[in-house]
Amino acid sequence: MRKIAIYGKGGIGKSTTTQNTVAGLAEMGKKVMVVGCDPKADSTRLLLGGLAQKTVLDTLRDEGEDVELEDIMKTGYGNTSCTESGGPEPGVGCAGRGIITSINMLEQLGAYDADKNLDYAFYDVLGDVVCGGFAMPIRDGKAQEIYIVVSGEMMAMYAANNICKGIVKYADAGGVRLGGLICNSRNVDNERQMIEELARQLGTQMIHFVPRENQVQRAEINRKTVIDYSPEHSQADEYRMLAKKIDENQMFVVPKPLEIEELEKLLIDFGIAN
Amino acid sequence: MLLKHTTADVADRKALTINPAKTCQPIGAMYAALGIHGCMPHSHGSQGCCAYHRSALTRHYKEPVMAGTSSFTEGASVFGGQANLLAAFNNIFSIYDPDVVAVHSTCLSETIGDDLAQITQKAIDEGKIPEGKTVIYASTPSYVGSHVTGFSNMCAAMAEQMAVEGVEVKSPTINVVPGWVEPADMREIKRLLKAMKVTSIMFPDTSDVLDAPMTGKHQFYPRGGVTLNELRDSGKSRKTYCLGSWASAAAGEALWKKSRVPFEEMSLPIGIKATDRFLAAVSKETSCPVPQSITDERGRLVDMVADMQNYLSGKRVALWGDPDQLLSLAEFLIDLDMKPVYMVSGTPGKAFMAKMEAIVGEAVPEAKYKNGERADMFLMHQWIKEEGVDLLIGNTYGKYISRDEDIPFIRAGFPIYDRAGHSYFPTVGYAGGLRLVEKILDALMDRQDRDSTEEKFELVM
Repeated sequence: MRKIAIYGKGGIGKSTTTQNTVAGLAEMGKKVMVVGCDPKADSTRLLLGGLAQKTVLDTLRDEGEDVELEDIMKTGYGNTSCTESGGPEPGVGCAGRGIITSINMLEQLGAYDADKNLDYAFYDVLGDVVCGGFAMPIRDGKAQEIYIVVSGEMMAMYAANNICKGIVKYADAGGVRLGGLICNSRNVDNERQMIEELARQLGTQMIHFVPRENQVQRAEINRKTVIDYSPEHSQADEYRMLAKKIDENQMFVVPKPLEIEELEKLLIDFGIAN
Repeated sequence: MLLKHTTADVADRKALTINPAKTCQPIGAMYAALGIHGCMPHSHGSQGCCAYHRSALTRHYKEPVMAGTSSFTEGASVFGGQANLLAAFNNIFSIYDPDVVAVHSTCLSETIGDDLAQITQKAIDEGKIPEGKTVIYASTPSYVGSHVTGFSNMCAAMAEQMAVEGVEVKSPTINVVPGWVEPADMREIKRLLKAMKVTSIMFPDTSDVLDAPMTGKHQFYPRGGVTLNELRDSGKSRKTYCLGSWASAAAGEALWKKSRVPFEEMSLPIGIKATDRFLAAVSKETSCPVPQSITDERGRLVDMVADMQNYLSGKRVALWGDPDQLLSLAEFLIDLDMKPVYMVSGTPGKAFMAKMEAIVGEAVPEAKYKNGERADMFLMHQWIKEEGVDLLIGNTYGKYISRDEDIPFIRAGFPIYDRAGHSYFPTVGYAGGLRLVEKILDALMDRQDRDSTEEKFELVM
């Protein structure tokens, strides 16, 4: 089983990209589990056709430690196993601790056991790696590979670079590696070249360039992935391509994070400033 | 030799603290809260914190210490402790019926960002605090400061949240924030003020709470402690005396900000000079003279010191504990013509070094002292190994050094887990000075007797 964590700046499209990619893998016949690590619990909405399920932490709160795997895991599109960590409402409690609690609980309940015959487990992690809890998916024995969703916007690249710093920290101890950058296009000038260059400088690859396409929004409103909603659409093929590239990926590196000056230079050389 | 691995070779440590000379903030907050009449301290965190803090206080004061806990589970850690604290208010007021619940936070509830002010307001808004009952709260993360910080934070909370504001004409009453001292010390300070006919409000006041008499009947809330009315009225007083900057200044500042009561930071009145300064200041402020009876107490102390001078003079002393105590004790020891040569305190605060320099700089130029991080019992022991001392003064944790190095040891400060009496006999004021000198002499003269040869063994000393 390959365990993969998806990181990236808040609002960059991690959940959308993850679910569409997972749909692509499921279409290829892979058995995939998705673990949403976002207190908003919307990481599996497109696979499940809505926010239908109770989160791990809701269940923990309501039923104490007497939780069954069936209570928190639902089957979604293409026989995917979907689970959401959940977490506190905004402004209270500790979402980071929530992720630690919920991943530990999934392990205790045997969500990853051999009898589940999983090919992939995906962790869809909220925003930046703001504290230790959000690094839980890449700690020892958890996800071995990471993809960072990024666009050609300054802050998205900045966040990607910061996440690389987090990966370096855990790469030594836990063996986690960066599998590549996924460019979720925002139609920024020279975006493809800029992200390719960023990837090069980080020592990784831009594994795929996902063009901006309104069909994604249409599918989202219908609570579906593009592959599910409109399998014949060209955007569905983009996600199939991304899924295939991830499935065949052989390039796993410890990234070399950039200094802020280098990052700014990149934007000046390629970006709108040019 | 329990500490046989300690060497005299002092290395410059960057991170490691060994045998720290401090403990958790909530212990101080809990102790301060017990100085309010009818108060139930409440620990907002996991059960273990509360159990440790209660047991530490119980072992020192040898009295049962009651406190509630929010009993955090994993769920509370993730979702926040609001639901637990609201339930706790409900339970505590309906089962134990205190006048006040004094909530302090813990490392866990601080780190997940629980807002005690917001939760308390919610409890009030939802009618969870019964009519006439009060809740006060203080933020006390243990990874900041020390037990003294926690005490100080809870004292400041009392002033900030309870005192009345907007009183133009001040009453003749003075406020005294006594610092972290024993119940007997608080009683002694009140006795001195009463003898001067000064009306005062002391907060917190643990006398008759943590040294309550055995009557055959258990009293959940003993009769001592500052009352809520007194706490409210502290905003009308003419002046606040903060005894010990570390433990008490924050409360004075809070009261100044809220109620415009001027405050003065003073040393803890341990020893002759510090007691003189305190009584003189109060006397000047209130125009109440120091009566002859107290002046006589002072005279008896001076007489004893003069009589026994040859046993005290030049003796080297090592001390550890809290900054307020160490500063006053060092000053007193110098007045006894002794040499306070080593001082450590785990409680941080840059002012300590300058204040100690002002006290020992000229009289004991060889003195070494340090506070804050890495100012620990290990460093103290290393200094002692470098060059020995005649006497140790500090809390129970010094007994290992005392045993290994065979040095006389008198217990002072917090915690004292292995001796009794500290909560019953004061060390503040002139009477407290007499007791300290007696204890010092007992320790030194017992040692002299033990070590003397048969022909030097004296009946009369």
